[in-house]
Amino acid sequence: MPSPLFYIFAAIMLIGGTMVVFMRNPVSSALSMVLSFLGLAALFVGLDAYLIGILQILVYAGAIMVLFIFIIMLLDLKAEENTSFRPAALAAGIVIPLMLVFQLTGVINNQDNLHDIPALELEQAAANFDKDTMIHKRLKDGRLPDTHLLGKKLYTDYNFPLQMVAVLLLVATIGCVSLSRKNSK
Amino acid sequence: MDPFLVLVISTAVKIFIFTFVLTLPIIAYSTYAERRVSSIIQDRVGPNRVGIPLTLFGFKKDIPLSGLLQPLADGLKNLLKEDLVPDHVRKFFFTIAPALTAVPAFLTLCVIPFGSQITVFGENIKLVIADIDAGPLFVFAIASLSVYGITFAGWASNNKYSFLGGVRSCAQMISYEIALGLSVIPVLMVFGQLNLSDIVQHQADNGWLLLPLWGEGLTTERILLLIPLFISFVVFTTSIFAETNRMPFDLPECETELVGGYHTEYSSMKFALFFLGEYAAMIVGSALIVTLFFGGWSVGFGLDTAISEMTYGGLIHLGAFLAKVIGFVIFFIWVRWTVPRFRYDQLMKLGWVVFFELALVNIFLTAGIMMLVN
Repeated sequence: MPSPLFYIFAAIMLIGGTMVVFMRNPVSSALSMVLSFLGLAALFVGLDAYLIGILQILVYAGAIMVLFIFIIMLLDLKAEENTSFRPAALAAGIVIPLMLVFQLTGVINNQDNLHDIPALELEQAAANFDKDTMIHKRLKDGRLPDTHLLGKKLYTDYNFPLQMVAVLLLVATIGCVSLSRKNSK
Repeated sequence: MDPFLVLVISTAVKIFIFTFVLTLPIIAYSTYAERRVSSIIQDRVGPNRVGIPLTLFGFKKDIPLSGLLQPLADGLKNLLKEDLVPDHVRKFFFTIAPALTAVPAFLTLCVIPFGSQITVFGENIKLVIADIDAGPLFVFAIASLSVYGITFAGWASNNKYSFLGGVRSCAQMISYEIALGLSVIPVLMVFGQLNLSDIVQHQADNGWLLLPLWGEGLTTERILLLIPLFISFVVFTTSIFAETNRMPFDLPECETELVGGYHTEYSSMKFALFFLGEYAAMIVGSALIVTLFFGGWSVGFGLDTAISEMTYGGLIHLGAFLAKVIGFVIFFIWVRWTVPRFRYDQLMKLGWVVFFELALVNIFLTAGIMMLVN
């Protein structure tokens, strides 16, 4: 990704994120969050991770935030009256991001050692996969098959955790339905 | 020439041609087609007068082109009308909503392959704006953003009818997105990839997905797979109708219940932008159906390799693609004036109880057939 594009989308993301906090109207906040997600998706696309970027839009911006806005509208939430921040909330808002920044610097410092691993060209990486697979063909053409690689990883190496998450989500869905049924009676 | 420069220039030219030279006129003339086809169905005349108004310049007679200039007159009218913004609306959201409906519809055009490739100044240029490896997902992702436009329009208008329209469209689009996404999975299982250009190339070599009549398509597996793929096609097409808010699923703007639905308070070009968005979405939907199920730009009958070898063969493919898309647009219009509107609970029941399960079972059916034959 050319660096001007990176800075533009990073700026969009950060502006969106700040506006979520500073907007008084809940719908404006939600829309700012969508803006922030779009910037983040563009950053993923810039890293050649098309699938992750697109899922970011499809799942977060296109589905979850729509439900948020749906609920905000149905409840008809008014803009917040109280403009001052409570000290406890303000303190938590400073401490938690600081902790995350520390963690991030820790991870980035560790990454420096990884430069010793030899960089692999896409064509060379193709040798690691079976000849008939789509991954092999794509890598031979010099294209990164990010969707295929992710799918292979998920359904072979991480198959058990994937199934567990699926069962958990199913339980959550059924729980939601049964709870809301009880209240309506 | 510098490859980067070639990429930038060719992409800019492609964006200009595909959006402004091809899609916008098709949108304009599908409004005209809508009115003429509906008048044929209802045994009326329809708009058949607007031509070149030579009488304005002192000539004796106008040239009536059977109303072919009607879309231009409509566009001019919408631009020149007073842009009325009622006092009780939320101004910012009211203004941005029409753009939020139209922009996603046009953005999705960029992954649709309009043709194979042409050779210009010795450079091979693919007739697709962005040849990315996640085409259908990109279309779904961007199209799912268009729900914001309609929802905000309904909410910002501060009007009960508009609000009901906005809420209806929000619920409807979320429900049918699920059926849309699930119904396309069997198709992707057959192709084994997500790049729309390669999917069309595959169909040109092996027969269209729903018409495997030439190339290496005539295997038992492909014939058996026609059953689940046809189910996919029906669910996908119906969900596109619901996603684009077209009849019989146009509950968000249902005139008999909601005056005009989410666009009750809109006037002039803001109102026209909603229609621009709706028709653009309809064209992208048709293009996606054609690309996934009917071979995209492929002419078929084993002629595609010969055409691809010609210097400007890409233009023949472009013509084939546009012809198929226009055919589907006319199908959309025909359905609108033939099928009566659903009731809202019927719509929701169809989405959640019939299509969702059907699409889910269909995935297992496809997987079963593929496993048994291999």
